[in-house]
Amino acid sequence: MSGHRLIVLAVPVVALAACAGTVEGPTSSEGDGTATALQGDLLVSAAASLADAFAEIESAFEAANPGVDVHLNLGSSSSLRQQVLEGAPGDVFASANTSNMDQVAEAGETAGDPEIFARNRMQIALPAGNPAGITGLEDLGNEDLLIGLCAEEAPCGVFGRAVLENAGVIPLIDSNEPDVRALLTKVEAGELDAGITYVTDVLSTGGGVEGLDIPEDVNVVADYPIAALVNAPNPDAAAVFVDFVLSEQGQAILNGYGFSSP
Amino acid sequence: MKDNTRERRRPGRRPPAVLIILGCLGLAVFVIPLAGLLARTPWSDLPRLLAGDVVTDALRLSLLTSVVATVIAALIGVPLAWLMARVEFPGRALIRGLVTLPLVLPPVVGGAALLFALGRRGLIGEPLGEATGLLLPFSTWGVVLANTFVAMPFLVITVEGALRNLDQRYEGAAATLGAGRWTVLRRVTLPMIAPSLVAGLVLTWARALGEFGATITFAGNLQGRTQTLPLAVFVALESDRDTAVALSLVMVAVSLAVLVVHRERWWKAL
Repeated sequence: MSGHRLIVLAVPVVALAACAGTVEGPTSSEGDGTATALQGDLLVSAAASLADAFAEIESAFEAANPGVDVHLNLGSSSSLRQQVLEGAPGDVFASANTSNMDQVAEAGETAGDPEIFARNRMQIALPAGNPAGITGLEDLGNEDLLIGLCAEEAPCGVFGRAVLENAGVIPLIDSNEPDVRALLTKVEAGELDAGITYVTDVLSTGGGVEGLDIPEDVNVVADYPIAALVNAPNPDAAAVFVDFVLSEQGQAILNGYGFSSP
Repeated sequence: MKDNTRERRRPGRRPPAVLIILGCLGLAVFVIPLAGLLARTPWSDLPRLLAGDVVTDALRLSLLTSVVATVIAALIGVPLAWLMARVEFPGRALIRGLVTLPLVLPPVVGGAALLFALGRRGLIGEPLGEATGLLLPFSTWGVVLANTFVAMPFLVITVEGALRNLDQRYEGAAATLGAGRWTVLRRVTLPMIAPSLVAGLVLTWARALGEFGATITFAGNLQGRTQTLPLAVFVALESDRDTAVALSLVMVAVSLAVLVVHRERWWKAL
């Protein structure tokens, strides 16, 4: 757990090795006294929307467990689910929705019950400065404005339409973009006046796109479940990784990318 | 070995086996994906799938925009080809490179460039929109423009090549006999390059029909307004594979019909 102590221990070891002139990598930091020291590779299959957050979690986890090398396998939740069900090796699965995780759990592929580790809400995405002066979902029904959504076939399109339906707004859509990246690009360029994306997508633009909150009572929340896999080549590290994601440190990282805690 | 000696004895009787094998591999590259498409086609459902409004809207829009783009390419591309072939001017090599650029650029890059130039916040698009209220992105004209950008090089290159290979003595003779420049162009030059012109037009139209990247980047995707056949295929692949296959089949059928018919008549011009 104490990453600082491990780093402190590792420093003299590396320094000694460097003096000896035959550095062969920091392999000597293994077996550093803690009885539960984890080792080996850990393959984490995670939904693409988790890319940035899990990259930071990977660094933090590796700092806390220097013997473990985490590899992220990013993709759409449905293709990751297929990989797991077809027997591709993996230790942990983190999905962007419950339906894909449920199918994996029902097939008996998860070690224990999946746990929700993050939630993602929808937000109105606007060009910086909100030039069209949009104040709420009703404006997406204004025919003088250029409105984009994700195509109905994409998950963000399904959620975006659900939000509008909850709010009783019939949108006057000018473009159904094939995925959330394409939608954000056109909003950021100011070619579209508004779109609906995940909160995390808005944050990922680093200020290029402004987010306008959608009232809780009409908003749609996506649950992100995580589970260690029953055939994990590295089951000990898999269990510790899942705990780490659910821990305060893991949750703080996720919150920084716009995910809310369950 | 036996085959080799036999061939040496009777040259020209049969093409070399190596060429046959490699040629068939070449053909397989084109045929195998098509076979995959046909194998996935839900034949019994096809009439129902093709009657859906997504398919009919996309087909209508694709035919309309590709034909309009071809007409525009003819109106401005042929004069450009003539200037490039017949007029010496500084920077002609650069212009030739620029004209062929859309052939090698990823169409998505072309679409993004169009957006930066003619989008609502674009270099020309913003003043144009303020002056006239004209908005090209997310409109059918945006699709036409994207099609023209990507497809016109086929026409310009073909026509320019034909003009450069044309024996100018015919035009000279007509002029000597008293024909004006316009008459020479209309009665001598254009008829002589007609096969190349038609081949270029057919290629341009076919490229415009299949245009995807620049269209979705510049014009977006809305059924009935900007959703052409390739866009409809792409979006349908995510969720409704049967419709995607049916749409693909329509594209293959339309393109193949036109290309086969014209190839026999005009291809030699290339």
